[in-house]
Formats: sequence, structure tokens, C-alpha cells
Amino acid sequence: MTSATEVNFAPKGAMRRLMDRKLAVFGMVLIAIVVTGAVAAPWIAPFAPDQQNFDGLTIEGAPMAPGGAYMMGTDLLGRDLFSRILYGARTSLVIGVVANGMALLIGTLVGITAGYFRGWVGSVLMRFTDLMMAFPALLLAICLAAIFQPSLWIVALVIALVNWVQTARVIYTETTSLATRDFIAAERTLGAGTGRILFKHILPHLIPTIIVWGTLGISTTVLLEATLSFLGVGVQPPTASWGNIIFENQTYFQSAPWLVFIPGAAIILLALAFNLVGDALRDVLDPTQRGRG
Amino acid sequence: MPTYILRRLLQSALILLGVSFITFFLLFVLPADPVRQIAGRSASAAVVESIRQQLGLDQPFLVQFGRYLSGLVQGDLGRSYLQKSEVSELIASRLPATLLLMVAAIFCELVIGLAMGIIAALRRDSFTDQALMMTSFVTVSAPQFVVSLLMLYVFAVKLGWFPIGGYGTFRHLVLPAVTLGILGSGWYSRMMRSSMIDVMRTDYIRTARSKGLTRARVVLGHALPNAILPIIAMIGIDIGVFMGGIVVVESVFGWPGIGQLAWQAIQRIDIPIIMGVTLVSAVAIVLGNLLADLIAPFIDPRIKLK
Repeated sequence: MTSATEVNFAPKGAMRRLMDRKLAVFGMVLIAIVVTGAVAAPWIAPFAPDQQNFDGLTIEGAPMAPGGAYMMGTDLLGRDLFSRILYGARTSLVIGVVANGMALLIGTLVGITAGYFRGWVGSVLMRFTDLMMAFPALLLAICLAAIFQPSLWIVALVIALVNWVQTARVIYTETTSLATRDFIAAERTLGAGTGRILFKHILPHLIPTIIVWGTLGISTTVLLEATLSFLGVGVQPPTASWGNIIFENQTYFQSAPWLVFIPGAAIILLALAFNLVGDALRDVLDPTQRGRG
Repeated sequence: MPTYILRRLLQSALILLGVSFITFFLLFVLPADPVRQIAGRSASAAVVESIRQQLGLDQPFLVQFGRYLSGLVQGDLGRSYLQKSEVSELIASRLPATLLLMVAAIFCELVIGLAMGIIAALRRDSFTDQALMMTSFVTVSAPQFVVSLLMLYVFAVKLGWFPIGGYGTFRHLVLPAVTLGILGSGWYSRMMRSSMIDVMRTDYIRTARSKGLTRARVVLGHALPNAILPIIAMIGIDIGVFMGGIVVVESVFGWPGIGQLAWQAIQRIDIPIIMGVTLVSAVAIVLGNLLADLIAPFIDPRIKLK
């Protein structure tokens, strides 16, 4: 247990304590690799992601195994898998950031409003959150994604709509405890308006929580996007996504397993990376370990 | 206690009402026309309209929802648009497969998760502990379909020990259950580890040890029964997690449960089936949470239900 005096929320200190954790550093390195690959995809990728190479299939018309010109092999259309993996990283990261950003925004707004105003506004919002918790989220997401003609942004929106609930609950709990603290009462006595209290005095205290849930949430989002795309209701080909690479090549799963397991490994590593960093951040920034008052 | 249960049941009923309202609403406003699916692309406008009228889909939203609800309270989930049978019958015929998989999966999760957690706690901070906790991180970061395909590839395609999907015998059950067991073990193992570490620190364990009991008896006879209690409440919540994932697992393993039923219905916009499966899943989630809350005071007498 860290004592109250030595814990202060200074970004530098938090960063140093984060760097002390091997697993967190491992996670950050993984994230850095994926981000670099995604950003530099046009320069690194040996082929265009949707280029169907005339020598990209065997004589029988089957995908080529890893090696030679195609370091990760080719897919069922003779496209270079490595190039598609690089471009797929863009999809995962864009969805991870956008969908999770939206979910975080909705969750924070709902949580902070419900936590501060309590009363009927609070109960209505939290009952609605309870209701959302009883939803089979993945089933709902699949259903929504299947019925809309899915585009990248629809998929992000669907994921955000099912993923904000956890954040809302955590933010709610913290806001209710913050709202009863003396410094908030003092602000109110001094005549501070509600907006000022919420955004200048309560929100800053919630930032560590938002950072932690934001990081862990990216992992959930990446997994959900991959799952939707794997079912064929997520990001649509020819746009590459790690999930839809597996979806497209499923029929070759027995003879060309790399087409399933290379993108599969990429999904696991990226989700793992954000989980490791998020978990370490929770230990480093945990509000229950920060000094009270 | 009885008033508490009564109130929670009432709350649960309200939540289910809300779930059915929102699902019904979403399916109502979405830009997909079930009538087109039923009539086929070549049907004339007149045929489409007459089917729409027959199904009552030309009525305003609230009328349609009211009709659905009045059926629902009588246990009537409506008729499938495309398969000419009652949704309740379709679900009833598929539910046993899903429940079987659920029980088997949670059993595997517990066996794998608890074993990992106990070993990690007893070898705290050792290499084994770190490796096990890293494994638990990987399992919670792995999408179900990737692990399912991996298990199928290794144990069905390469080794040929189990059939590649399907239903019917014990051998069909093993792969999906173990896959779900591995995937779900992560949370259990982390929780078991911390619970076990807490218990091993207590005075009564020190007493048991100083009496000269063997390590095995201290761990299995004295520590485990107490350390396991917080885990039991988690099973209730886990039911909800399981229900969320059935569409994926059942479609990969060709398991004929309600997840597969829902997936086929979603692709054909068979709204009554989608509604039915969503509601059944929501009931499972709500009951699971209720179970978790009801068990809590038996586990920790300091928790009062109110």
C-alpha cells in the first residue's frame, strides 16, 4: 500500500512508475510497433493492400505459403498478406480510438451528470445504465451492424453504443463520492456555477479514471471490431481489417492456416498490449490510492 | 429478505420490459424491410403490401409493440417470418444445447481458472506466478473466434481427436467447452489468486499450520473453502458474459443452440426470432446478476440486502 503523502498525481511521477513495470513497457513497445506500422503502411507495405498479384496464387489457384516475395504469404485473391496486415492495423487503431473515444465521452457525460445531480435525473440515467447492462451487448452489436449497411464509421458508432456503460458506472461512483467532499461544498458556497464545478473541479479528479478506462476500453473495442468483421457484419472488404481477413479466408482455414492465425495473433497482441498498459495505469493512477481531501 | 427478493424481481421485470422496448424500437427504425425478405425480390408492390398488412407491420410502432407485449405476457413470442413455426418452439428446441454448453463451459472455466489462481497464489511472485498471470492476460485479450479456430485446427484438423464442429456426443462438446473454459478462466484465476493470498494471511491459517497439518490439508481443507466464496458470486455474472458470446462460438463450432438460431435470423431479418433470443439472453443476464446479489450475504454476512 502506498501512503497518501508519497502519492501525488504528477504526470512525471506516474510515467516513471509506469516505466518501472516490465509488462507495461512491453505493452507500450507493442503499441508503438503497431502504430508505426499503421502510419507508415504506404511506405513499408511491399504491395498495395488490394493489389491482386498475378503470381500471388499457386498453379492450383490456392493462396501461397509465407516465404519468398510474400513474407506472410498471400490470401485467396493473391493479395499480399503482410500488406493487408499493415493496412488492417489502421482499421483497428482508427476504430479503437474513435469508437472508444465516443464510448468514453458518452460514459463520462452520463456518469458525471448522474453522479452530480442524483435526484430523478440521476436515477433515470442510472436505471437506463442498468438496463443497458442487461443487454446481450455482442448480440445487439451484431444485429445493429448487420442491419445497417456497415461502414467503418457505423461500426465505430455501434461499438460506442454498446461500450459506454462500464465507464458510466465507474464515473458515476466516483462522482457521487467527489460531490459530497468539502471542497465542492466550498466552491458551491462561493457561488460557483454547476458547469464550473463539474468541469473545473470534478472532471480533473476523474481524469486518471478516464485514462485507465480509456486504455482498457481500446482493447475491448479492438476485440469487438475484429469479432464483427469476422462475422462479416463489421468493416467490409476490400478495406482490410484483421477480422475481415479471417472472414474472407475462412474457407482456406485447413490448407492455409496462416491466413487465420497471423491476423489472429495480431489482434491478440494489440488487445493484450492495451490491457497490459491499462492494468499498469490502474495500479499507478488508482484513485483509491491517492490522498483524500 | 422476501421483500428484497420481491423488489428485485419487480426491478428485473422492468429491466426486461425496457430491453424489449429498445430492441423492438431499434428493429422498427432500422433501414431493413423484413417484408421484402419474406416476399422475395421479384414480388409485386401489391403482394408486399398485403403481407405487410397480414403481419400487422403497417401499424404504428406503439400498436405493434403493444401487441407484442400482450403476446409476451401470455408466453407467446410470435411466429417466425421465414420458418413457419412459433418462436417459443424454435427457442425451446435450441435452448438445451445452449444450456449444456453453458454448464460445461463454466465448469471448465472454474477448473482451469481456480487451479491457475491457487497455484499462482501459493507460488506468489515466482516465475510460475508471473507466467500464469501473463497467461490470464492473454486469455482475456483473445477474441473467441481466434481461439476457437486455433483449437479446431490443432485438435480436430491436425490431431483428429475431436470432430470439426457439430453436436450430439460428448466428443462434440469437449472442444467448445474447453475453448470457452480457457477464455473465461482469466478473470477467475486473477480473482482466485488475490482471494487465496488474502486467506493465506489470516490467523486461522497460521493456527492450522502451527498445528502441524500438511500443506495440502491447510490449502484444500482450510483455505480453499473460504477463498472460493467470492468466486461463487462471479458465476452469476459469468452467465451474462456467456450469453453475450454464444453467437460467435456456436457459429464457429456449428453448435445448434440459440446463438446459431439468432445468427441465422439476423442475416434474414427474422425479427420475431431476434427479439426472442435477445429476451432470453436478457433474462439469463438479469437472473445471473440477481443470483450473484442473493448469494453475496451468505458468503459475507457483513453484506446486508436492502
